[in-house]
Amino acid sequence: MTTPVSTTAPRRTPGYRFNLVGIIGFSVLLFWVVVALVAPWVIPYPVGEIVDYDYLAPISDKFWMGTDYLGRDILSRVLMGARYTVGISLASVTLACSIGVTLGMVAAVSGGWLDTVLSRFLDAMNSIPSKLFGLVVVAAVGSSLPVLVLTMAAVYVPGSFRFARALAVNINTMDFVTVARIRGEGTLYLILSEILPNILGPVLTDLGLRFVFTVLLLSGLSFLGLGVQPPYADWGAMVRENISGLSFGAPAVIFPCLAIATLTISVNLLIDNLPQKIRDRSDA
Amino acid sequence: MSQLVEIRDLKVAAKTDAGRTVEIIKGVSFDIAPGEIVALIGESGSGKTTIALTLMGYTRTGCRISGGSVTVDGQDMVQLSEKDRADVRGTKVAYVPQSAAAAFNPAATIMDQVIEVTRIHGLMPVDAARTLAVELFRALSLPNPDTIGDRYPHQVSGGQLQRLSAAMALIGQPKVVIFDEPTTALDVTTQIEVLRAFKSVMRKNGIAGVYVSHDLAVVAQIADRILVLRGGEVQEVGSTDQILHRPQHAYTRQLLGAFEPVPRSPAEAARVADLHPLLEVDHLVAGYGPLQSDGMPLVRALNSVSLSVHRGRNLGIIGESGCGKSTLARAIAGILPRKGGNIVFNGRELAADARHRSREELRDLQIVFQYADTALNPAKSIEELLGRPLAFYHGLKGKARDQRVEQLLDMVHLPKSVRHRRASELSGGQKQRVNFARALAAEPKLILCDEITSALDTVVAAAVIELLKELQRELGLSYIFISHDLSVVEAICDEIMVMYAGEKVEQLTPSDIGRAENHPYSRLLFSSTPKLDPGWLDSLEQDPELVRAYCRR
Amino acid sequence: MKSQVLSLIAGRLGIAVITLLIVSFAVFFATSMLPGDTASILLGQAATPEAVAGLRKAMHLDDPAIFRYGRWLLGLLTGDFGTSYANGRPIMDLIGGRLINTLKLAAVTTLFAVPLSLFLGITSAMLRGSLYDRVVTLCTIGLISIPEFMVATTAVLIFSVSLGWLPALAFANEVHSLGELLRVFAMPVITLTFVVSAQMIRMTRAAVVETLNTPYAEMALLKGASRGRIVMRHALPNALGPIANAMALSLSYLLGGVIIVETIFNYPGVAKLMVDAVATRDLPLIQTCAMIFCLGFLVLTTIADIIAILANPRLR
Repeated sequence: MTTPVSTTAPRRTPGYRFNLVGIIGFSVLLFWVVVALVAPWVIPYPVGEIVDYDYLAPISDKFWMGTDYLGRDILSRVLMGARYTVGISLASVTLACSIGVTLGMVAAVSGGWLDTVLSRFLDAMNSIPSKLFGLVVVAAVGSSLPVLVLTMAAVYVPGSFRFARALAVNINTMDFVTVARIRGEGTLYLILSEILPNILGPVLTDLGLRFVFTVLLLSGLSFLGLGVQPPYADWGAMVRENISGLSFGAPAVIFPCLAIATLTISVNLLIDNLPQKIRDRSDA
Repeated sequence: MSQLVEIRDLKVAAKTDAGRTVEIIKGVSFDIAPGEIVALIGESGSGKTTIALTLMGYTRTGCRISGGSVTVDGQDMVQLSEKDRADVRGTKVAYVPQSAAAAFNPAATIMDQVIEVTRIHGLMPVDAARTLAVELFRALSLPNPDTIGDRYPHQVSGGQLQRLSAAMALIGQPKVVIFDEPTTALDVTTQIEVLRAFKSVMRKNGIAGVYVSHDLAVVAQIADRILVLRGGEVQEVGSTDQILHRPQHAYTRQLLGAFEPVPRSPAEAARVADLHPLLEVDHLVAGYGPLQSDGMPLVRALNSVSLSVHRGRNLGIIGESGCGKSTLARAIAGILPRKGGNIVFNGRELAADARHRSREELRDLQIVFQYADTALNPAKSIEELLGRPLAFYHGLKGKARDQRVEQLLDMVHLPKSVRHRRASELSGGQKQRVNFARALAAEPKLILCDEITSALDTVVAAAVIELLKELQRELGLSYIFISHDLSVVEAICDEIMVMYAGEKVEQLTPSDIGRAENHPYSRLLFSSTPKLDPGWLDSLEQDPELVRAYCRR
Repeated sequence: MKSQVLSLIAGRLGIAVITLLIVSFAVFFATSMLPGDTASILLGQAATPEAVAGLRKAMHLDDPAIFRYGRWLLGLLTGDFGTSYANGRPIMDLIGGRLINTLKLAAVTTLFAVPLSLFLGITSAMLRGSLYDRVVTLCTIGLISIPEFMVATTAVLIFSVSLGWLPALAFANEVHSLGELLRVFAMPVITLTFVVSAQMIRMTRAAVVETLNTPYAEMALLKGASRGRIVMRHALPNALGPIANAMALSLSYLLGGVIIVETIFNYPGVAKLMVDAVATRDLPLIQTCAMIFCLGFLVLTTIADIIAILANPRLR
């Protein structure tokens, strides 16, 4: 009751400061995004070209990350792989969250049968393990970029829906929404103006977490041979291609793995060290 | 005489969200003699709970004791190690929390938690502890003292839990007990019984106490001495009698002044000459839960309530928690569609559900909620909050809207500079003014005020009430004023309706209060409101039959 | 009070059944409504249109989808899972032994992962903010951030390649002694334990920390209770429901992990069977495997919810 509240003295953007770990996480993430954008102009060798007769070669002056099982340059392939891994994941996670958050807010604001049906159905979808869903769809329709993006989006819509709905339901019980409602405002106004601004922080945080899951799922699917198809390769597919080098620790296996790990760990660290203000109530 | 507690130049620092350190207790010193009860009184943010908790060497997360000493029975709690502090807690100093409902572990029986102190400190065998606990239950006049301990916390009422938490504090036979607003969450009729129980137990065992409260009338009943706090500093110290009757400090006088608001003058109310009522509610029925076969909801929160409000006149609705007064407001506003009865407003029948009412009907009837914190969208600036109804109802744009926003702020006595602020940057009273200004922006005929002063400190609440009266004179509004606090309702209303268990008990005028012909429940309710007189509790006599019939303790 | 608990549990079971129905619907239509004509796939590109039409008729492929769904569902309920497209054997025979292998793997992993995660999760919550807590948190973040195949490959690099302690491949059918059994299981179990525990530790820690922030935990502190007592007596009994939920949710990660782990270690379980079935587009086999996994997932979450209901003291 009597927790001291600092008085009305103007506060300069409280709590928006990042700490060191957060900055490092953000920098690594930024690095990979930039790489994904500029990869075609910076790669030392064309990705599909066999440039060395020594396959699974170690690190050398010519090939900074060695070569793969066909003798292609790993550095070039890792840089180009960023396009697939980051690009596909980002596209599908954005799609998933836009659909999930919109449906979640609509369900929370409308309530009634619409809410019940949406919640029940998406909860049921949630009980299909994600990799399994990927397997089933790929088995049925084969793998292509649009299929991958849509499948992974479908996998994460239910989770995003559930998260956004829970937040929106909390906001929806607040008196300011009641006030707007009995002012006569329509559903669209309620969603865009009253609910969305108040859940945006946690929703963006959730998008980050889901991005990590998507990267892992994509890598897993590619590793199983169900993701990005040759001649293109994302990082997961590169591990699969070169798995024969695992027994002697070839750089061709290690570098794609490291690439995935740096991306996902940095995003996780960034989220864990976000300013409290943004992260509020996002640990659901 | 040696003091039991000596606090010298106590300073507590807190870390804000922004990472800055601010001093929230700025050098407080006072003593407590053995057996003496000292009250810490002040508004929220005055640091009263923080000071009380330092007696146990404890500060809440983010705070720490940054200076001074807190000597309890010869030991300085500030200097002790965490382990030594734990030895003192529960044995020398004990704590009675504000919300016993939250402070009891839901997964363990009451008895286990009451005697836990004796287990932790190895004070006595379990059987002896149980016997002592039952004695305490009896002394605190709890029902079924022999078996109540076997229950789980959610199985007993709030008033009982509050007394059980006192038993939990007293079982270790402490020298000082800290009471942290222990009756604030209770209804007035329940509060009396709890206060009486505390007082008699403390007096009988000669235990010293620190009583933290914002309510001077409650404190007057139980404290020997009163410390008036504000902003982490002591404003005035004195015996209860001295503080109540000969206050020295301006702030103390303000506190006392807020306690007795000026009633609405009859002249103000007499200007009304309208024959037709503005609002007529006829046999209203509403409730929650699934509909039963007879078309009525499972839980009927309102049972056939009728009332009428004339233009320019105010109706107060008073009752204890759960009596249906808030439900009544929600049913009238159309937030909770009624299941029976009729509402006629301004000569026209209103639809049950707000969604089916016309924009004009919605505009004429506004509602203001208790908590400005949840009623104001934290993502918007004050300007946006006030601007929206102006645009929505009156189609105001650009400059005209800006001017009107400034006008509205002026009407509720807020500076123009708050326009670009967000609600979280304002104080509690300022927020409630914005909340009210938003209702005014619609230019309504009737405003439903649901406990709008209950979350505010007394002085601030009194100012808000004055503002409401002033606006009424200027704008010719009517209010329906819902509150659990009789003094607030008396100050502003022409008529008062008493509610109990979803029904209207009676309707009377403020001058009728205290007459013998009042309904028995009204008499009980009115007599239970604490008075500033220290002898009030001891001299109060209530009909036990009546208490049994109407109190859910 | 008892009847309230029973009706809540009955309600939960009802929801589980409805969910399973929706899932079966989704699985069936995801596999059979999407493009690609099964008959032409089965007969290959050289097939005549007459042959394709004949097969379609024989397989009832021309019936409305809803009838085919009904027939398929009825078959599942009566234990008739259909026959494999790839080799014409009953699916029941293909799955039987492999399901047991997968369950063995899951059981052994659970046996290791649950106590380990409970211990680490609770202790790091107790010592919140300490070096120990930070190390545990950092490790779990690292583990949940990397794909399962990376955990597996790292484990192979360490235990098989560098140390040479364990074989890289598993053949559960050729086990003759206990020692061999342990060696065969070790790599998959280690990998899966890492994958599952990271989630479990995080969620257990969060559940305990949340109860430690309640007023009754503060009250216990003000009674002079030690940290251990506050956790054991006050926080844990109330965190039981959330912890059970965390366990169930994390164990469901087993399913995802099992697919990768069985593939990498060549372990003859259902997941491997399913990945192989995907390669041959053997739809009936895929459908059945998918249903088995979804059922496993649902059983876990339902059990967790029931534990949460039973652990709620307000319903006692």
